[in-house]
Amino acid sequence: MPTPPLVELRDVTKRFGAGPVVLDRINLTAGEGDFVSLIGPSGCGKSTLLRLIAGLTPLTDGGVTVCHQTPDQAAAELAFVFQEPTLLPWLTVTHNVGVPLQLRGIGREQRLAISRRVLELVRLGDRGAAYPRQLSGGQKMRVSIARALSLSPKLLLLDEPFGALDEMTREHLNEELLAIREHQAWTAFFVTHSVAEAVFLSNRIVVMAAKPGRIHAEIAVPFAYPRTEATRLSREYLDLVAEVSRLLRSVEEASQPVHA
Amino acid sequence: MNPRLKSILLPAAAGALFIAVWYAIRFAMAEEMQFLLPTPGEILGAFRENGDSLARATLNTTEGALLGFAAAILVSMGLALALSLSSLVRVSLYPYLMMLQMTPVIIFAPILVLWVGAGLKSVVVITFLICFFPLVVNTTQGLISTDRNLVELFRMYRANKAQEIFLLRVPSALPYFFTGLRIAATLAPIGALVGDYTAGSSAGDGGGLGFQAIIYSSQAKYPALFATAAVTCVLGFIFVAIVLSLSWLALHHWHDSYERADR
Ligand SMILES: Nc1ncnc2c1ncn2[C@@H]1O[C@H](COP(=O)(O)OP(=O)(O)OP(=O)(O)O)[C@@H](O)[C@H]1O
Ligand SMILES: [Mg+2]
Repeated sequence: MPTPPLVELRDVTKRFGAGPVVLDRINLTAGEGDFVSLIGPSGCGKSTLLRLIAGLTPLTDGGVTVCHQTPDQAAAELAFVFQEPTLLPWLTVTHNVGVPLQLRGIGREQRLAISRRVLELVRLGDRGAAYPRQLSGGQKMRVSIARALSLSPKLLLLDEPFGALDEMTREHLNEELLAIREHQAWTAFFVTHSVAEAVFLSNRIVVMAAKPGRIHAEIAVPFAYPRTEATRLSREYLDLVAEVSRLLRSVEEASQPVHA
Repeated sequence: MNPRLKSILLPAAAGALFIAVWYAIRFAMAEEMQFLLPTPGEILGAFRENGDSLARATLNTTEGALLGFAAAILVSMGLALALSLSSLVRVSLYPYLMMLQMTPVIIFAPILVLWVGAGLKSVVVITFLICFFPLVVNTTQGLISTDRNLVELFRMYRANKAQEIFLLRVPSALPYFFTGLRIAATLAPIGALVGDYTAGSSAGDGGGLGFQAIIYSSQAKYPALFATAAVTCVLGFIFVAIVLSLSWLALHHWHDSYERADR
């Protein structure tokens, strides 16, 4: 039996000021436990879509509900992971993870306890006293994810979180992200440019087209969780990556300007 | 040569050379002119001779410098916060702040004496005016230069204005604040001295270093005059050293300016 939607977008339309239509009548729902990847040409509005769901930018038309509320009302239920780690350089790792808790007025003791627990989840339990500049890019991103998890969100929005990392680190973090989901259940919207990453992580892939930004196709990923390194080597996985890549390429070609 | 040794020996050699040249010039001068350039030995002697009055003057100048400096820090923080919060206020006031920063305060010293009275009060006001502008300009710049991604993060977690200011903007402005503080710290003793020079008074407990300088100069006590300059120089060093230590304490954990080269 399908669960009621956690996130519902109805005819979501967005333009900035008098600019062109950036998102054109997007209809999309996600239920509890969904891991939805958004993939599409640069500038098709993926980041804008996430920011709309987070309530960071207003809609032009249509409606967004998160947990049957407006994004603003549901703010406590959602967390955002930006492309940059966006850590506060003057705080230690532990205190960085505690920032959302602090902003919500949670006391120091409890904050530290929660920070330690989520740092264990991202396997940085021993780096709590370090400052961000002492960490590698991958470690910083893990701290950023730990920070997002500190509030036990129902919905996690990730905007190309691993875009700046090398292939190996990215694959590691993909596996870790799924491992964390075994402990903490959240619904995810995950923006990426990597088809392999999208197929590995998600149960649904939404392919978007540009100008105006719209949903071109949705692909179900049938592999069961937990997924591991073995998944990446399987025939079905490789076939699906190839299929999504083809689809993405056709979308990208269609949205290129025509040259004489 | 060992670089460490080098960094001690070379300045020491340069200093010795400097003193040698000093003595050479002095003894090349006509005998009746030699009083114009006291030797380092005579200057040391002047410390012994005028120890009491120099010590008292140093205390007075330090007091004026500290009070003016502290007032400048407090007021500049308040104003910088106001300027950072409202772009309206900032845009309308900033050009004048810059202009005031360029204005040589010393020109107004004589009239300040008439406004607030001679002595410590004038010294404090002049020190304040000299220290104030680098502080306010740098701190404001720091408060409005917060990383936009971090501001967005705070919006994401629905931080209120106070949280945004005190947990985000203020800490991220610290490096700028300390830059301003370092400039102000070099200016504070000089400001106090100059203020005392024009607005000092022997009333109360005898004026500060600027006032002493006038007296020594009128009495042709040139070794004592040089000693006064040396004391002011040391005072400046102490101010800057304190600020540098505070800056190190506040920033060395995280700020790139303290990144160790061996990492
Ligand atoms: N604040 C803004 N003001 C005006 N236009 C904007 C703003 N933010 C985004 N846009 C425009 O909206 C469109 C979609 O931008 P968005 O950042 O959502 O794309 P994206 O799919 O995330 O691209 P990328 O893959 O490169 O990150 C772009 O054409 C962009 O120029
Ligand atoms: Mg984007």
